[in-house]
Amino acid sequence: MPLYRDEAVVLRTHKLGEADRIVTMLSREHGKIRAVAKGVRRTASKFGSRLEPFMVADVQLYEGRSLDIITQAESIGSYGAEITEDYASYTAASVMVETADKITDDGGSLQQYLLLIGALRSLARREHGASLTLDSYLLRSLSIAGWAPSFVDCAVTGAPGPHTAFVVQLGGVVADDVAPPGAPRLDPATLDLLAALLAGDWPVAAASPERIRSQASGIVAAYTQFHLERSLRSLQHVDRGA
Amino acid sequence: MYEGIVQELIDELGRLPGIGPKSAQRIAFHILQTEAFDVSRLAEVLVEVREKVRFCEVCGNVTEQERCAICRDPRRSAATICVVEEAKDVAAIERTREFKGLYHVLGGAISPIDGVGPEDLRIRQLMERLADGTVTEVIIATDPNLEGEATASYLSRLLVQPNLRVTRLASGLPVGGDLEYADEVTLGRAFEGRRVVQG
Ligand SMILES: [Zn+2]
Repeated sequence: MPLYRDEAVVLRTHKLGEADRIVTMLSREHGKIRAVAKGVRRTASKFGSRLEPFMVADVQLYEGRSLDIITQAESIGSYGAEITEDYASYTAASVMVETADKITDDGGSLQQYLLLIGALRSLARREHGASLTLDSYLLRSLSIAGWAPSFVDCAVTGAPGPHTAFVVQLGGVVADDVAPPGAPRLDPATLDLLAALLAGDWPVAAASPERIRSQASGIVAAYTQFHLERSLRSLQHVDRGA
Repeated sequence: MYEGIVQELIDELGRLPGIGPKSAQRIAFHILQTEAFDVSRLAEVLVEVREKVRFCEVCGNVTEQERCAICRDPRRSAATICVVEEAKDVAAIERTREFKGLYHVLGGAISPIDGVGPEDLRIRQLMERLADGTVTEVIIATDPNLEGEATASYLSRLLVQPNLRVTRLASGLPVGGDLEYADEVTLGRAFEGRRVVQG
């Protein structure tokens, strides 16, 4: 049976039978992988701790008929302990892995993999606050998937901004002459924050006031759910307190 | 696919946790083919368990009465509450004979990706039990995996009150495992070596 090896971040796990788990991972080279980790729920397994969500591991698998089987896992990055210590980080990380799982349904990419491990590492190190880290991750992940939002120029006509009418379905801000009646208007400061989160401009993001952050989070959530065409279960549990 | 009722049986069995389509088929044919298999006894027990068994109104453990045997036992100390995810964890800890206090069954662990938030667990009921000051120690014995750790840290931040110590089972329980699979000796040691996380 063909063996292969890759680096992967664990997105989620499901219990299987008495003591096994199905592990869903996003890998560097093989896209999304769903594989069985045998015996990991038994306490004698040394394996289980390396295959928990938010862990990055060097894994070896052999191809099974329906699901691959994990034969080895060596930890190369463990962010779980730091993330679970802080509830806001835990809920943010949960939304990230749920998004990564859904957005890579048609196959993952190296960019999605690197973005996710970078975001988890940043959460674990408490670099920018859980809520901002999450919103930045969502905007960039959607951009990699081909749904980059526009926060300056009109998403429909390309007319140079700034514009204030924001229409999720049209891909971002739109010029007044194409804005549907009643389209929501965003505060210019919210658009600046969104652009900063998309670009990873952390000094600008860090300087934003709470009211602007919460308006931006609402936009990011709506934009994400629209493009994923379904709701993210974890999103309603996000703790925006941090 | 099988005809009619046989397939229905396989489908119903396949809905049970941990039973895949192949196991469901194996069980279905065992029931069909084994003469000695007492189907009516199984059916009776299934109906009975649904009628009689409920959850203890105090701790959430399974019981046939309003309060479970542990909550009714006057020899158990009311000063200590051990918080677990599931009723089966109560059974695992009882086997160690190490713990003489009461329990609180949360009904799961916080797992946003599965749509389970703190409000979906019996956390409010736990806070109510702590209100009168009788309890001086809460031992958090959630599973030693990611969701269990996240639930433990959420609880330890919530349970800040005067004269209350919050402890967590000692590590030594392998990470990623289920509490119910821990052997009695390991689990007993984890109780003895529990560490204070709050208070
Ligand atoms: Zn009880």
